[in-house]
Amino acid sequence: MDWSSILGNTARAAIGLETVIYALAAIGLNVQFGYAGLLNFGQAAFVAVGAYGIAVTVTVLGLPFWLGVVVGLVAAVLLAVLLGIPTLRLRADYLAIATIAAAEIVRLTVRSATLRDQTGGSSGLSGFAEGFYDLSPFTPGQSYGFGPWVFGARLAWILLVGWVLVAVCCLVVFLLMRSPWGRVLKGIREDEDAVRSLGKNVYAYKMQALVIGGVIGALAGFVFGVGRASVQPDLYGTELTFFVYTVLLLGGAARVLGPVVGAAIFWVALVLIENVLVQAVGAGYVPDWLMSSTQVGQVRFMLVGLALMLLMIFRPQGIFGDRRELAIDAR
Amino acid sequence: MPADENRPDLTDLDEGTPHGGGGSHPAIAPGPGPRALAAREVLRDVPRVPGAPKPDPVLVADGVVRRFGGLTAVDVQHVEFQRGAITALIGPNGAGKTTFFNLLTGFDRPDEGSWTFEGRSLARVPAHRVARRGMVRTFQLTKALSRLTVIENMRLGATGQVGERLLSAMFRRVWRGQEDSNTRRADELLRRFKLDAKREDFAGSLSGGQRKLLEMARALMTEPRLVMLDEPMAGVNPALTQSLLGHVKDLREQGMTVVFVEHDMDMVRDISDWVVVMAQGTVVAEGPPDAVMADPAVIDAYLGGHHDAPLTEEDEAEQIAAAEAELEREHDQEVGR
Amino acid sequence: MLTTLAAPRALLALVALALLLALAPALPGGGARADAATPAPSPGVSAPTDVEGETITVRVRTADREDVPGAEVTATGAGVDPVSGTTDDGGAVELVVPGTGTYEVTLDVDSLTGPAAGLLPRENPVQRSVASGSANPVIFQLSEDGGASASAGGVSAGQVAQLVANGLRYGLIIALAAIGLSLVFGTTGLTNFAHGELITFGAIATYFLNVGAGVPFLLAAPLAVVLGGVAGYANDRLLWRPLRRRGTGLVAMMIVSIGLALLLRYLFLYVFGGSTQTYAEYQGQRGLDLGLFTLRPIDLISMAVAAVVLVAVGLVLVRTRLGKATRAVSDNPALAAASGIDVNRVILVVWVAGAALAALSGVLLGLAQQVQYQMGFQILLLVFAAVTLGGLGTAFGAMVGALFIGVFLEVSTLVIPTELRNVGALLVLILVLLVRPQGILGRASRIG
Repeated sequence: MDWSSILGNTARAAIGLETVIYALAAIGLNVQFGYAGLLNFGQAAFVAVGAYGIAVTVTVLGLPFWLGVVVGLVAAVLLAVLLGIPTLRLRADYLAIATIAAAEIVRLTVRSATLRDQTGGSSGLSGFAEGFYDLSPFTPGQSYGFGPWVFGARLAWILLVGWVLVAVCCLVVFLLMRSPWGRVLKGIREDEDAVRSLGKNVYAYKMQALVIGGVIGALAGFVFGVGRASVQPDLYGTELTFFVYTVLLLGGAARVLGPVVGAAIFWVALVLIENVLVQAVGAGYVPDWLMSSTQVGQVRFMLVGLALMLLMIFRPQGIFGDRRELAIDAR
Repeated sequence: MPADENRPDLTDLDEGTPHGGGGSHPAIAPGPGPRALAAREVLRDVPRVPGAPKPDPVLVADGVVRRFGGLTAVDVQHVEFQRGAITALIGPNGAGKTTFFNLLTGFDRPDEGSWTFEGRSLARVPAHRVARRGMVRTFQLTKALSRLTVIENMRLGATGQVGERLLSAMFRRVWRGQEDSNTRRADELLRRFKLDAKREDFAGSLSGGQRKLLEMARALMTEPRLVMLDEPMAGVNPALTQSLLGHVKDLREQGMTVVFVEHDMDMVRDISDWVVVMAQGTVVAEGPPDAVMADPAVIDAYLGGHHDAPLTEEDEAEQIAAAEAELEREHDQEVGR
Repeated sequence: MLTTLAAPRALLALVALALLLALAPALPGGGARADAATPAPSPGVSAPTDVEGETITVRVRTADREDVPGAEVTATGAGVDPVSGTTDDGGAVELVVPGTGTYEVTLDVDSLTGPAAGLLPRENPVQRSVASGSANPVIFQLSEDGGASASAGGVSAGQVAQLVANGLRYGLIIALAAIGLSLVFGTTGLTNFAHGELITFGAIATYFLNVGAGVPFLLAAPLAVVLGGVAGYANDRLLWRPLRRRGTGLVAMMIVSIGLALLLRYLFLYVFGGSTQTYAEYQGQRGLDLGLFTLRPIDLISMAVAAVVLVAVGLVLVRTRLGKATRAVSDNPALAAASGIDVNRVILVVWVAGAALAALSGVLLGLAQQVQYQMGFQILLLVFAAVTLGGLGTAFGAMVGALFIGVFLEVSTLVIPTELRNVGALLVLILVLLVRPQGILGRASRIG
C-alpha cells in the first residue's frame, strides 16, 4: 500500500475543492437550519442556481463572467423569495417536503430537453469558466503550495478564491449572530410564537435567513461550477442537500465554524476511506468477492448514511459541540 | 366603600397563609394597593351582566366567532375590559378561553367579529403588531427560549432595537448603546423577579415557576400597557405562587391592565378586580369575584360542567390525553437534561 | 433501549475513531501534484461517474418529440462486453463504455411500452464513433412505420384512455407504497425519507430470489413481500421504537431516516450494482388491445392484485379491531393510549404491514418498469405527493391521492413534455401543502 499517496490525497482533501463547496453550502444552511431552525431541504437548488447563473449567462447569453456572478446571486435571492413566500408559514415537516419538492422541480426543469438550448439539458453546460481563470495571478503550468498541498495554477486560483469566500461568509455569520438580529433568529428556532408575542415579525426574519443562506449556497454553486468548469444537473439532486446536512451536523449546527470543520472532516474521511480501500482492494488485502474497486465509492456513501444516523442519535450537537447549546430539538 | 365590604371575607379566606408571601416580596405593600382600590371603586357600579359596558374600557370585543369545522369554539357577543384593572377569564375546560386569547392577540384569526385595543381595531392585525401596540401575552405552556440564556431572553423582549435590523446588525457600534440600556433595564427586571442569580444560565435549566417568572419579565421588556396572562399559575411550585401573585398585582400598581386565564379559584378571588365567565364559547356572566362565584348561573355553567352535565366521553378522554401528554413532555424534559 | 442501542454505540466509537485518524495525517506526504488527485466525488449521480470510461448518451423519443422512458438500449463494440441501459423519465440513458472507438447502439423494440409500444425507430441499430470527453449522442426517433410520416395532431380519445390506464397502473403502485408512509406518519409523526428504500427492497429481493436463486416469480414475489414485512419489523424494533422511547424529536428522527435512506440505497447499489435488471419471467409480453387502450397481460394482473390488496387493507382498517385501533392511534395517539390501546403494538403492526405493502409496490414497479437500486427513491416524492394530497396520516386519503397523482402524471403529458410530468406532480404537492395541508380528505385540526 502506498501510504504517502494515501496521506497526500487525504491531506489535500482537507482544503480541497469539495471541502470549499460543501463548507459554503453548509454555512448557508447553518444560517437557515442551525440558527433559524428552518428545515430547508432545497439547498441543492440554491447551489444549482449559482452555478447555472454563471454558466447560462456566459455560454448561452455570451455575457461577461462577472455578470454571471451577479445573475447567480440575483437568481438565488429570487428563488429564496419565491420559495419562502408560500412555504415559510408551514410547519417544519411540511416545509421540508415543500422545499425538497421545489429543489427537484428546479433540477428537472433545468435538465429537461425542452430547455436544452438554454441549460444544456441532462448533459449540462461547459466552457464558461475561462473568464474566471483569466483573472488568475498564477502562471499556468506552474505548481503552487508546500508540503502535500501543491496544486496546479487553476486549482490553486479557485481554491484561493473559494477559501476567501469561506472566510468572508464565516465573518458575516459571526457578526450577524452576535447581534440582536441573530438573537431574534435563535429565538425563532426555539419557539417562534414566543418571539412573535414579543413584537418581532417572525416571517420577515425567516425570509431574511432563507435569502442569506440561499445566497451563500449560490456562492458554493460558483465554486462548484467554475471549479469543474462545467455544470451538470444531476450533481444538484437531493443527495447534495443530504450531504450538506451531514456536513453541518458533523461540525455542529449553530456554530460559526461548524460547517467548515464539518466539511473538512467529511471529505478527509471520504477520501481517506476511498484511498485506503482502493489500495487494499488493488493489493488484494480485500478479497474480490467482498469488494471491487467500483464498490469502494458505494461503501463510502453507506458510511456517510450511517454516520448521519449515528450523529443525529448520539451527538446531534456535532463532534465538538456542547450538548447544552444543541441547536436542534433532538431529545 | 362597597368594594371593601367584599374584600374582607376574601382576605380572611385566602390571605391567612399568603399575605406573608406578599410581604416576602419587597416591591409590594401588603394589602390592596391604591390602584387596586381605585379599580374596584370604578367597577363598583358596573352592572353584573354579560357584556356590561365599563367606564374606561381598554379592550373591547364584538361578535367574535371562531369555528373549527362544525364546532363553534368561541362566540363572544360583546365584552369590555376595564383599563388599569385585573380581569380574570374563567370557565370550565373547553370553554374557549385560550382560543379567545389567541384571537384577541392575533395568534388565531376569527371567522367573524371585531375588537379594539385603546380604540384602534385589531382585526387582521398580525400577532407581532399587536404586541408592538402595547398588548403583550404569555402562554399556557411556558415558552422560555431554552437554549438562550436568561439575559438573552430578556434582551429579546426589548422593542425597537436597531440591531435587530439586518443592515445595521453587523455593525456593533450602531447598536451597542441601545443594547447596554436594554441590558440595564433587563437586569433591573431580573432583580425584581429574583432571577438575577440565573442571569447567565440557559433558560431551559430553570424550574417551571422560574420560567413563568422569566416569561412575565420578558413580556415586560416590551413595555406593554395590557398584559394577557394565559394560566400564569399552571405548573408553578406552590412556593412560588405567592411571589407570582405579587408580581401580577404589581403590574396593576404600575398602571398596566391585566387580563388572565386561570383555573385556580383561590388565585382568581385573591387578585382579580373583575371576573368574566365563559362557557361553551360565550360569556355567561361577569362581576366582581365574590358576586360571580355566588351566582347560581355561574355555578351551574361552571361547576355544572363537571357534575350535573358531565363532559362527553370524548371530551373527558381528550382531557386525560392532554394531561398525559403534558406529563410525558415534562418527563422527557427531565430526561433530556 | 440500552441493549438494542449497544451495537450502534460501538459502531459510533469506531466511526469516531476513523474520523480522528482521518484528521491525524498532517504528516508531510511526498510532494505529489494534486490537480487530478482530488477525486471529483459526484454524490448526486448514480454509478456511471464513478466508473472510468466514455459515455454514449442515448435518447429515445417519438416523432412528436415525446420522450420515451423504459426503453432498453445496448451498445456493442469490438472486443468489449455489451453495455445495456434503460431510458429514464427524460427518455435518456447514459451508457458507459470502456473506451473510445466505434460502437453499435441497438434499441430493443419489444421494450417499448405505453404510448410508444408498437412504434419503430427510423434507424436501428445506429453506428456511433465514440470520442473522448463528449456526450456522444445517439437519438432514436420513433414513429408508426419507422419512416418520417408526421403524426396526426390533436388528442384522440384512445390516447386519453391509454394514458388514464397507464396512470391507474402507476397510481395503484404508488398507493401501495403510500399507505405505509401515511400510517407511519399518522401513528408516530415520522416523515420517513427511507420509505423509498422499502419499495426498492421489495423489487431487489424479488430479483435475487427470482433471477439469483431461480425461484419462480409467483413464489419469489410473495416471499419478497414477507421479507419486506420483516424489514418493517426490524425498522421499528431496532431503530424507531428505541428512538421514540428516548424521546427523540421529530426533526431529528426525520434526519435519521435520511441517513438510513442513504445507507440502504448505497447498500443496494453495493449488492445489486448500478445497472437496470428485469425479472426472469414476464418479459417481452406484447400488449393486449382492449379497444380503447393497450396493456400487457402482466400489467392487468398487477393492477388486479394491487386493487384487491388495497380493498383488503381498507376492509381491515374499517372492520377489524386492529384496524380501528390503527385509525384511532393515527387520529390522536395520546387519546388512543388513554383509552387503553397498546400504541406500540399498533405502531409495530403499521410498520410491518406498511413495509410489506411498500415491498409489494416495489415488486409491481419492477414489473411495470425495471429493477434498479434507486427506483424507490425516484418515486418517493410522488408517494409524498399522494400522501399529502390525501391528507397526511389517513390511509384512504393516501389511496385516493395516489390514484389521482398516477392519472394526473400520465394525462398531464398531453400538454407538457413527458420528462416534465414529475414537475407537475411536485407542483401539486407544494400547492396542496400551501392551500390545504390537511389534504383533500383530511379535516382541519383544532389549534390550541
